[in-house]
Amino acid sequence: MAASESMTRSVAGEAARSRAAEFLLRRHYLRWPEALPWLIAVGCFFVFPDRMTFGSQLLIMIMFALSLDLILGYAGIVTLGHAAFFGLGAYTVALASIKLGWTEPISGVFFGGAVAGLVGIVVGWFILRYRGLTLLMLTIAFAAMLQEGGNIRSDFTGGYDGLPGLTFDPLLGHFQYDLYGHTNYWYALAALAVVFFVVRRIVYSPFGQALTGIRENVRRMHSIGSPVHRRLVTVYAISAAIAGMAGALFTQTNAYVTLTVFDFDASAKVMVMLILGGTGRLYGAFLGAAVYMIFEDKLSKMSPTFWQFGIGLLLVLAVMFARRGLLGVGDTIRRKLAGRRAP
Amino acid sequence: MSHAANIVISILFDGLAYAMFLFITSVGLSVTMGLMNFVNLAHGAFAMVGGYIVVSLTRSLGIDFVPALVIAAVLVGFISVPFERLLYRRLYKATDLEQVLLTIGLAFMAIATFTYFYGPIPKSVPLPHWLEGDINLGFRAFPSYRAFLIIVGAVLVTVLWYAFERTNIGARIRAAVDNRRMAESVGINVDRLFTLTFAVGSGLAALGGGFAIQLFGLTPYFAVLYLVLFLIVVATGGLGSLKGTLLAALVIGIIDTGGKYMFPQAGNFFVYLITVVVLLIKPAGFYGRE
Repeated sequence: MAASESMTRSVAGEAARSRAAEFLLRRHYLRWPEALPWLIAVGCFFVFPDRMTFGSQLLIMIMFALSLDLILGYAGIVTLGHAAFFGLGAYTVALASIKLGWTEPISGVFFGGAVAGLVGIVVGWFILRYRGLTLLMLTIAFAAMLQEGGNIRSDFTGGYDGLPGLTFDPLLGHFQYDLYGHTNYWYALAALAVVFFVVRRIVYSPFGQALTGIRENVRRMHSIGSPVHRRLVTVYAISAAIAGMAGALFTQTNAYVTLTVFDFDASAKVMVMLILGGTGRLYGAFLGAAVYMIFEDKLSKMSPTFWQFGIGLLLVLAVMFARRGLLGVGDTIRRKLAGRRAP
Repeated sequence: MSHAANIVISILFDGLAYAMFLFITSVGLSVTMGLMNFVNLAHGAFAMVGGYIVVSLTRSLGIDFVPALVIAAVLVGFISVPFERLLYRRLYKATDLEQVLLTIGLAFMAIATFTYFYGPIPKSVPLPHWLEGDINLGFRAFPSYRAFLIIVGAVLVTVLWYAFERTNIGARIRAAVDNRRMAESVGINVDRLFTLTFAVGSGLAALGGGFAIQLFGLTPYFAVLYLVLFLIVVATGGLGSLKGTLLAALVIGIIDTGGKYMFPQAGNFFVYLITVVVLLIKPAGFYGRE
């Protein structure tokens, strides 16, 4: 009796284990709903052909939010200074264009990303041994230092008046930039697609798994011998590079950059977008940035004050009732519905 | 007196006044963060609200500046209690991130509300004539407003030091900052203690906000503009340490004033530089617990 009971238990255990193994083997497979954001992005081009300037800015913010998701959502690094890397990429491209005559756009984006990523390695190596308030303050202070430093050398950076009238070569030597931002839209969309699949690859890799482990329980990761600091610095540098690429695209599509890219507000805004969509789930960046930017566009035209109050209220409500963002709310609803169907 | 000595005295005097403003505004934040480990980004909003109450009291009701400061501090102290009881309390055990989001949301709402009612243009207050102009100390004259701020700051430092080190409540607060669980198990009601310190801290922030009107001009964005500075004082001083907050306020106040005097184009660069250096060497701040 006892033997057969333990037998059934072990069979059940076996089944659960193989289900878990199955899940781990398959979870990185592409599922059909993942095509949805891309189809919407392509569809928007045909539905709103006159709003493509806004569209390309939205895609760039998605990329920026995605870079934050990598460190905040997966590795659990809370930062309020990520605009530092966005700004570094933005200024690298602008200065390379003016001082070095480097006006080829695609290599420019990689150059901006590389500079931001290298700075990310150095900064990350110093600051990522700390957590909590200390880390938060170090990230804020670093972004603020770059901004103040840029202001000291305003002869070089243009200060808060910015560097206007930047010119870049036609895309791939062929596509001119048009007044409606059509070229920019496809350019940003293609860049986002490339970056997204790299990020997706990273989070489902063993490296990404280790990051999630660090987020969930850093002591356990230390005790099983995971090189926590090195992993955090690596992901911080990757995230910085992606933020830098987003910044580089920002400069190229606007042909203009000012020191406001380093604002504390910019860092807070991208975090709000990500939280709104949902952290640690890749598509949270898409949904959050889209919802935020579209509401901002509509409401701030009516009343910026009203918009600011609304975003504040939304944050409070999100923390109180929907800690996992809009996608988290979607999950809960789906689970409730499924539960009702099969009680 | 030589020119150089004059400059040094000016920097020390202005730096001291600035440090007192930083201390008054940040000390509550430091103690509440030390008690509950709660990252409160809405602290600047309480200071901003205090400033606007002072503006309304002096401009609309014709109350003198000094009594208005006191009324604003008391009012904001009371206003802060429901926020703590209804919102903050639910997130003591939550992550840093959730606390950051909740309080930044509150700060945004406060900024929007005050922009709606007071507009975005900087406000000023009518000062009593004894706070205008200079006060002569024999060897040279000092601006009386800053002198008054320094005196109020010194009195507050003494009072707070006494309350912290020599009274029963102060002993309980220190015990709770050191080891919250132990304090609770010997019967200290840490929740109620926290409400009290939160109210006092918010009231002091409002007092700082009232002083700030004349120093920097008051706009609704005061809530986030100076927030980073308050957080820097708290982080470099060490959470929950009165001594640390005072030292950090002095270091940052004087170095920032000196830096701006000698390199006007550098802005707050030196403040951020000090922050990074201090935190890299002593991550828990001057007097924080490692």
